[in-house]
Amino acid sequence: MTFDLFVLPFFFGLIFLTVVLVQKYSRWIAMMDSSDRVKAGMALFSVNLLKSIKEVVLESLLHRKMFKRNPLLGYMHMSFALGWLLLIILGNLESRVYSGGHINPPYYPIFLKFFIHDKRVLPFELFTLPGFFRFIMDFILLFVLSGLVLALFKRTRSKWFGLKKTTQHNSFDKWAITSLWLIFPMRLLAESFTAGLYQGGGFLTNTLGSIFDAILPLQYLAYPAWWAYSTMLGIFFVTLPWSRFMHIPTEIVLIFLRNAGIEQGKYPGSFSEIELSSCPRCGVCIDVCQMNEVDKTSSTAVYLIRSLRDQQPDKQLNANCMMCGRCLQACPVGIDTLGLRVGARSVDNKSIAMDFSYLKKQPFVGEETGIVYFAGCMGHLTPGVKRAIVQIFNHAKIDFTFLDEDGSICCGRPLKLAGLREAASKLVSENTRMIKNTGAQLLVTSCPICLKTFNNDYQLEGMKVMHHSVYIDKLVTEGKLALRPEELKAVYHDPCELGRGSGIYEQPRNVLKQIAEVADVAEEQENSLCCGGSIGELAMDFTQRNIIRDNALKILCESKPDLLVTACPLCKKTYDSANCIKVKDIAEVVAANLVSVKHQPKTTEMVEQG
Amino acid sequence: MEKKVKNFGYSVTRDRQIDFDANNHDVGKIVALAEPTLHLCISCGTCSATCTASQFTEFSLRQVILLVRRGETKGLLKEVSKCMLCGKCQLVCPRNVSTRNLIIQISRALCNHEVSGSAMLKP
Amino acid sequence: MQKHIVVIGAGPAGLESSANLSNLGFRVTLVEKEEVTGGHLNKWHALFPSLASGKHTIEAIVKGLNPGIKIQTATKVTGIEAVNDYFTVSGHNGWQEKADAVVLTTGFQLFDSHRKEEYGYGIYENVITSADLEKQFASGKEFVNRQGKKPERVGFVHCVGSRDEKVNNLHCSKVCCITAVKQAIEVKQMIPEADVFCFYMDLRMFGRHYEELYKQAQEKYNIQFIRGRLSESTEDKDGNIIVKVEDTLLGKPLRIKVGLLVLMAGMEFPPATKALTNMLGLKNVSDGFIQPLDEVLHSNLTEIPGVFIAGTCSGPKSVSDTMADARSAALAVAEYLK
Ligand code: SF4
Ligand code: SF4
Ligand code: SF4
Ligand code: SF4
Ligand code: SF4
Repeated sequence: MTFDLFVLPFFFGLIFLTVVLVQKYSRWIAMMDSSDRVKAGMALFSVNLLKSIKEVVLESLLHRKMFKRNPLLGYMHMSFALGWLLLIILGNLESRVYSGGHINPPYYPIFLKFFIHDKRVLPFELFTLPGFFRFIMDFILLFVLSGLVLALFKRTRSKWFGLKKTTQHNSFDKWAITSLWLIFPMRLLAESFTAGLYQGGGFLTNTLGSIFDAILPLQYLAYPAWWAYSTMLGIFFVTLPWSRFMHIPTEIVLIFLRNAGIEQGKYPGSFSEIELSSCPRCGVCIDVCQMNEVDKTSSTAVYLIRSLRDQQPDKQLNANCMMCGRCLQACPVGIDTLGLRVGARSVDNKSIAMDFSYLKKQPFVGEETGIVYFAGCMGHLTPGVKRAIVQIFNHAKIDFTFLDEDGSICCGRPLKLAGLREAASKLVSENTRMIKNTGAQLLVTSCPICLKTFNNDYQLEGMKVMHHSVYIDKLVTEGKLALRPEELKAVYHDPCELGRGSGIYEQPRNVLKQIAEVADVAEEQENSLCCGGSIGELAMDFTQRNIIRDNALKILCESKPDLLVTACPLCKKTYDSANCIKVKDIAEVVAANLVSVKHQPKTTEMVEQG
Repeated sequence: MEKKVKNFGYSVTRDRQIDFDANNHDVGKIVALAEPTLHLCISCGTCSATCTASQFTEFSLRQVILLVRRGETKGLLKEVSKCMLCGKCQLVCPRNVSTRNLIIQISRALCNHEVSGSAMLKP
Repeated sequence: MQKHIVVIGAGPAGLESSANLSNLGFRVTLVEKEEVTGGHLNKWHALFPSLASGKHTIEAIVKGLNPGIKIQTATKVTGIEAVNDYFTVSGHNGWQEKADAVVLTTGFQLFDSHRKEEYGYGIYENVITSADLEKQFASGKEFVNRQGKKPERVGFVHCVGSRDEKVNNLHCSKVCCITAVKQAIEVKQMIPEADVFCFYMDLRMFGRHYEELYKQAQEKYNIQFIRGRLSESTEDKDGNIIVKVEDTLLGKPLRIKVGLLVLMAGMEFPPATKALTNMLGLKNVSDGFIQPLDEVLHSNLTEIPGVFIAGTCSGPKSVSDTMADARSAALAVAEYLK
C-alpha cells in the first residue's frame, strides 16, 4: 500500500508551493542585472559556494547569531530548522530501508509510519537499522517539539528570550504559524496512535501509543490524525509564500548572492525583494530600535520590511528612522535594513528633483597642499571643534589648508539618506572636483557623516580620508603630539556614523584614555545609542528627538562622569542642548591638554620609572 | 447710485498684490497636515542665514515658508529644488521647525500639484 | 505676638518687600546667599530707560530699610518645611527660623551664553555678554575690545537664550531689547565714531519711555537695527567677529564684521531655586518660572497658603516692575496674616 487519500492535502500543497517558488525565483533571476547574473553564475562554481553552504549551516540551521543573542531564542529557532530538516532527511533514509532503495513518492517518507507497520521486536534494537531509525526519528521529533513548547512560552514570556517586544503578525502569518505549530503535535499523535495499534514506533511514540490505547478508541482516531497531519502540512505550504516563512527558502538564496558579492543596487530590484522575503520577522530588531521610546514601534525594521514586501509602503513609516544602524547590527539574517529604507524613501521622493545648476564652477585659487581639513556643514555650528583642530595642527607643526573655512556645499549624504540619490551624486561630483583640486594626499574631516560618504561614494583617487579622531590618534602614536592627563572621569559616545557606520571605535578611546579615566557605558561601541539628532531621520519632531536624546543621556551618565566626549558635531550639539552634562568633542579635549612633545617622558624613562 | 466705471488710471496694479483670495491655499494645507511645524515659523531668518544653498543662490527657506503660507506657490518648486537637505537650518531654528521634512513635503505637494493641478491631494 | 516673615533673596524684590512688610509692622528676616544684598543690580551699571545707576538704586532702597529687619547674608536656603500653621526655613550653615509666611524673591539667573556655541562666547575673545559689558561700563575704564582697540563696529545680538527652543527657553526675557538699546546708546556715547548694530527678531519696547529711547537711538545715535537672528559667528585673523544673519526685511543673507559682539543673555529660572520649589511642591510651568495662583487676580500667591512670590522668580520683569510686584506682595502677605 503506497497511497491513501489523506496524503492529498500535503501533496497538493507541496506542488503548489513548488510552482510558486519556481515562479518567484524565475522572476528574481529575470529582474537581476546581467552583471549580477554573471556574478551569481560564477559563484556557483567557486569556493564561494562552500562559504555559502557553511553560512547556511551556521546561520539558517544552527542559528549561531541568535544563540549569541539569547541561547533560548537560538535553541528555539534551531530546533525547528535543524529538527525539521533532519526529520526530512532521516525520514527519507528510513523509508529506503523499507522500500529496498527504490525512489518513493514525496509523501511516502513523511507518512511512513502510516504505510509501514513494522511489528518486529528486534534484539539489541538500537543497533539494528530499523531500530536505530525508530529511535532517532522519535528523538528528533521530541527535539522539534521542545522548540515548539519554547515558542509557545515566547508568546507570553518574551523576556526570557531577550525580547521585550515581539512582532505583531498579519493574517497570513497567523494561518501559517498555526498550521506550523500543529504539524508536529499532529505528527506525534498520528504516529503514536498508529504505534498504539501496531507497535513499530520508537521510545516516544510507542510509549505514548500504549498509554493512549488504554484510554482512547485508537482504531477510530488514528486515520483522522493522519488526515489532520497532512492537512496542516498542506495549509502551511499554501500559506508559506505569503507569510514570514517564505524566509526559509529565500534566506539560502540571499546568503548565496551575498557571498557572490552582489549588493542591493537599485530599488526595487531582485536583491531587495530577496532581502524582503528573507526576513523571518524574528523581531530582534524591534527592541534595539530607539523608535520604541517615542511610540514608533511600527517604524522598526521588521515592519518596514513587511510593509514593503506586502507592497503597502507607508511614507511616514519610511521617514521615521534615524538610520542609526542598530537594527542592521542586530539582524541575524544580515538584511541591509538601511539600504531598504533608503530604497523605500527613493520611491516616496521620486517626484522630487533637486537642481544645483546654480553651483557655478569657481576657478581654484589656493596652493596645492598635502593635508586638507574639512569641517563639514555641521562643523560650522561648533566653532569650538574647528578651533581645537587648528590648535592641534599648529601644535604638531603640520601644514594644512582649511578647505571649507568660508563654508562649503553639503557632502550629499543627507540627500542620499532621504532617497534622493541622483541629487546626491551631483553634489558628490561637485565636491570631488573641488577636493581633488587641492592635490592633497590626506583629507581630515570632523564630520562622521562626511567621512562615511567620502569613503563610500567618492572616488578621490589615492587621497586618504580620515576622521580627526583617527588622525589625532596617529599623531599621538607617532609621537608628534603629547597629552597631559587630567583628573577627570569621562564617558565616550560612539557617533552612529563613525562607529557602526565606519567601524571607528578604538582610536578616539585610545586618545581619550591618555587624558581622562574613561568609564564604561552600558550600550557602547557596536551597541551605542543614537543621540536623536540624526540627519537620517526625516520627520520626527523635536519633542520626540529630545526624548530619545534624554534616554541616551541617562545611560551615558549612569556612572556620573564629569564629561561626555563625542566625535561628531551633530551629536555634540544634540547632547549639549539637554544642558545636563558638559559635552566636548575629542578634539577639544585634546586641544585643552596639549603639552610640548619634549616634555613628555620618553617611553624608556617611563619604563624605568614604572 | 454709484456708477461702475472701468478704469480712470488710478486703479492699483493687481499683479503687485498678493491676491490672498485668488491664491491657491491647497499646498499650504497639505503641507501643514504632513508637517504641522509649518505654522511655527516666526521668520527670524536664522535658517536662511546659515543655509548652505543660500550662500550660492537666491534661496531663502524663510521666504519659501512664508510663500507657502500665503498661497504664493507659483515658481516655488524651482526654489525648493535648490535645497541640499544638509540640515543646518534644522539645527539652528529657534522654533524647532522640522525644516527638512518641510522641504520634502513642500516639494511633494508642489509636484503632485503641478502634475495634476487638482485641488486637495493626499500628502 | 508679632508675626514673622522670612523673605528669601535680597535683590530689589526682596529688599523692597522686606521694607514694606516691616513698615506694616511685621518682624522680617531677609536671607541672602551672597555676602551682600542687591542681587544682579550690584553688577548693573545703569538702568533703562533713565540710565539711573544700579548701585545708587540699590543704595536708595537699602536706605529705606527699617533697622528692625534682620538681614541674614551668606546663607543658602536649603530647606523649607510646612509645619502646622508655620514654616521652618533652614540654611546651609545651620541657620534656622520659624516663619508665619515665606516670600520667595529668589530672582533669575543669567542665561549661560556658552550654550550657544555657534555664537562663539568663550571661543572668540570679542564675543561678550550684556552682563560683561555692564561690568566694563562700571569699571570706568576706556572702552576697548580684547585687542585693546576701540571697536569701529559693535553688534548687539538680541534674544540669546530667550525665545529659543534649542536651549529649551521659549519665553521672552522682556528686558533685553530695551537693554540692548540702552547699551547701544552708551557705546555710542563712549565711541561716537563707532557704528552700532542691533540684530533683532522683534523689538519689544513695551514699557514707558522705551519707545522714546528707541527713537533716540535712531535719531541721535544713528544706531542701525537689522531684523535678522544671528545664525553663527566666526572670527577673522585680527580677532574681528564676522556675523551671519539674514536681513529678513530685504530677504538677503548679510555678513558683517564687528570689533565687538554683545550677546543679550536672557533670564532663566535658577536650578538651585528649582530644588527649593520642588521641596515645597510648587508647580513650575514649562518655562521654568513659578506659576502664581492666578496670573491676573493673585499674581503674588502660590498654591501653598503662606508662600508668596515676587520679582523675577515668577517670570522676567524689569526693575520697576519688580519693585511694584514686591510692594504688592507685601500687601498680599499682610492680607493673609491679618
Ligand atoms: S530585519 Fe532582521 S532582525 Fe528584524 S525581524 Fe527581520 S530578520 Fe529579524
Ligand atoms: S536604523 Fe535605527 S532607528 Fe532606524 S529602524 Fe534601525 S534601529 Fe530603528
Ligand atoms: S537643509 Fe536646505 S534649507 Fe536647510 S540649510 Fe541645508 S540647504 Fe539650506
Ligand atoms: S529658523 Fe525657523 S523660525 Fe526662523 S525663519 Fe527659519 S524656519 Fe522660521
Ligand atoms: S526682550 Fe527682546 S531681546 Fe529679550 S527675549 Fe524678548 S524679544 Fe528677545
